[in-house]
Amino acid sequence: MSLGMILRRGVIAAGAFLLAAPALAQRAPEPIRIGAVLSVTGPASFLGDPEDKTLRLYVNRINQAGGVNGRPLQLIIYDDAGDANRARTFATRLVEDDRVVAMVGGTTTGTTLAMRPVFEDARIPFISLAGGIEIIDPVQPFTFKTPHTDRMACEKIFADIRARGLTRVGMISGTDGFGQSMRGQCVRVAGAAGITIVAEESYGPRDSDMTPQLTRLRNAQGIEAVVNPGFGQGPAIVTRGYHQLGIRLPLYQSHGVASREFINLATPAAAEGVRLPAAALLIAEQLPTSDPQHQVVLDYKAAFEREFNQPVSTFGGHAYDGLMILVEAMRRANSTDGTRLRDAIRATRGFVGTGGIVNMSATDHMGLDLSAFRMVEIRNGDWALLGN
Amino acid sequence: MPELLQFLVSGLTIGAVYALVALGFTLIHNASDVVNFAQGEFVMLGGMVTVFATAAGIPLPLAALLAIAVAVLVGLALHRLAIEPARGASAVTLIIITIGASIFLRGVAQIVFDKRFHQLPGFSGNDPIMVLGAAILPQSFWVLGGALIVFCGLFLFLERTLMGKAVLATAANRLAARLVGVDTSFVLALSFGLSAAIGALAGILITPITLTSFDVGTLLALKGFAAAMLGGMGSPLGAVVGGLVLGLLEALGAGYVSSAYKDAVAFLVILAVLFSMPQGLFGHRSVERV
Repeated sequence: MSLGMILRRGVIAAGAFLLAAPALAQRAPEPIRIGAVLSVTGPASFLGDPEDKTLRLYVNRINQAGGVNGRPLQLIIYDDAGDANRARTFATRLVEDDRVVAMVGGTTTGTTLAMRPVFEDARIPFISLAGGIEIIDPVQPFTFKTPHTDRMACEKIFADIRARGLTRVGMISGTDGFGQSMRGQCVRVAGAAGITIVAEESYGPRDSDMTPQLTRLRNAQGIEAVVNPGFGQGPAIVTRGYHQLGIRLPLYQSHGVASREFINLATPAAAEGVRLPAAALLIAEQLPTSDPQHQVVLDYKAAFEREFNQPVSTFGGHAYDGLMILVEAMRRANSTDGTRLRDAIRATRGFVGTGGIVNMSATDHMGLDLSAFRMVEIRNGDWALLGN
Repeated sequence: MPELLQFLVSGLTIGAVYALVALGFTLIHNASDVVNFAQGEFVMLGGMVTVFATAAGIPLPLAALLAIAVAVLVGLALHRLAIEPARGASAVTLIIITIGASIFLRGVAQIVFDKRFHQLPGFSGNDPIMVLGAAILPQSFWVLGGALIVFCGLFLFLERTLMGKAVLATAANRLAARLVGVDTSFVLALSFGLSAAIGALAGILITPITLTSFDVGTLLALKGFAAAMLGGMGSPLGAVVGGLVLGLLEALGAGYVSSAYKDAVAFLVILAVLFSMPQGLFGHRSVERV
């Protein structure tokens, strides 16, 4: 057989396949394409990995239960490895090539902000899983988020510090997007909360030793408590260094480390007494049965832990909330049109998620208040719910 | 005063790790002119294999030996499968091959192990020892002691054994070494194995302090490379001094100047040194006679 003939046959076969493809697709209802760009690897893999697992798990479950509006969901996930440039490239690919109807994800504030214009321009709803308040403040028409903001975390932490009768605080922040964003919010709300920030230090997201910075904090004049805005392994190393130097001041971590992995990495001995604001999911078993979130968080926790045999983290919970808010909105709108879907998401009221009770509006694209945060303390390597 | 001691210990500990990575660079560079950017991955392998082996119930000393063995095997495989077939290619090509190998190793580690951070308990506990008001982790002594043993052992090997002399001869002049009967190809393989072992040891020693994950190697390779350049690429003594100086600069920069600029402080000093001494602190001036 000559090369020409082989080529010709190949072309004919390919042509026949192309003709057959639409006919095949018509038989089954066309799937609803949902995009996700997550930091499954890299410095934010802490967050991205459980998000990735949660989305896959629940999309499967929804499809087994018959999909949404009679159509199955198709999830398209890309891993940006925590790199905002890559995230933006993938966002463009989701919009232009994959033609998704909505987007859940954007693990970090940095990647979310890089991707936001792509979805705003395409008028496709974008539910971010990142903490930074600048994602939704000022409100962008198509951008939502499920996690608590770092401003709320600062307010919750400062309220707890004040309740202990302390006012003079030192901060050690990561130089990554999360750390810097939360640091900025803490500085902004400190005055209103009656807190004076007396010293500030920072560390790189991949630094392996923070004892020099902590030594400086320890020696700061009149310091009464230390707040560490950051996520990933940085806060674990800060906590270890804090213990190593024998600093006795109360240490506050952010909601960015609310996973059991943090206690393991920091070691229970070093993490003893550390306080942080966290979502209800973290202390699912300790919630009273009267708590509206009781059932939701227990169900999610059981499903996740059974499937992956690894402890649940609040970040996976954010992904659950985002997906469920989207699915409910799709059912209410009975449409996948971008603007209608956006209006339906905006109309979310009384949605009970793992992160809290969500009441969205045209001016609030997150829908959570301070009650969604619970103050917890690490005791004997476990979380203990403090009376709020 | 206690602060200064605290900063010095912190700087020396992390500096010792930079020095070990820089030594790995130096050994391979001397034998082949190649800058092996997969050096950081040996450190990662040391830490990760130890973590997973101990988690599987293997006692720590055995796990550490296993980790070193795995790293050496990977180092030899890297030499045999990637560097040796490209023999005769320019140094730049070989360097690019090592960058590829580094990305490949990180990818494999991600699949074989996982993507999360892991910790290892300190070899002698996690309770700090108070020395003159500075809190020092016992693990810091392990790191410093381990590094010291490697430095001395390497010195004795290079200066007192025939094989070591062959390595030095190859570094000085490959053609001449071959002419007097040194098997330079074996020396290169040896350098890769030795570098991998040293890198893995650094990874094992530092993991209880800094945690480990599949991608810890990238930054350590960068810092180790900077240390090797500072000390003078090709000089084992330079690598040790360069690593320690870099670690100290970082710690003192964070402690006395500003933590926001601690990397900047370190790199500014390196730039200044290289500006006035382009060969690094201990590098040989390359003078060519015509």
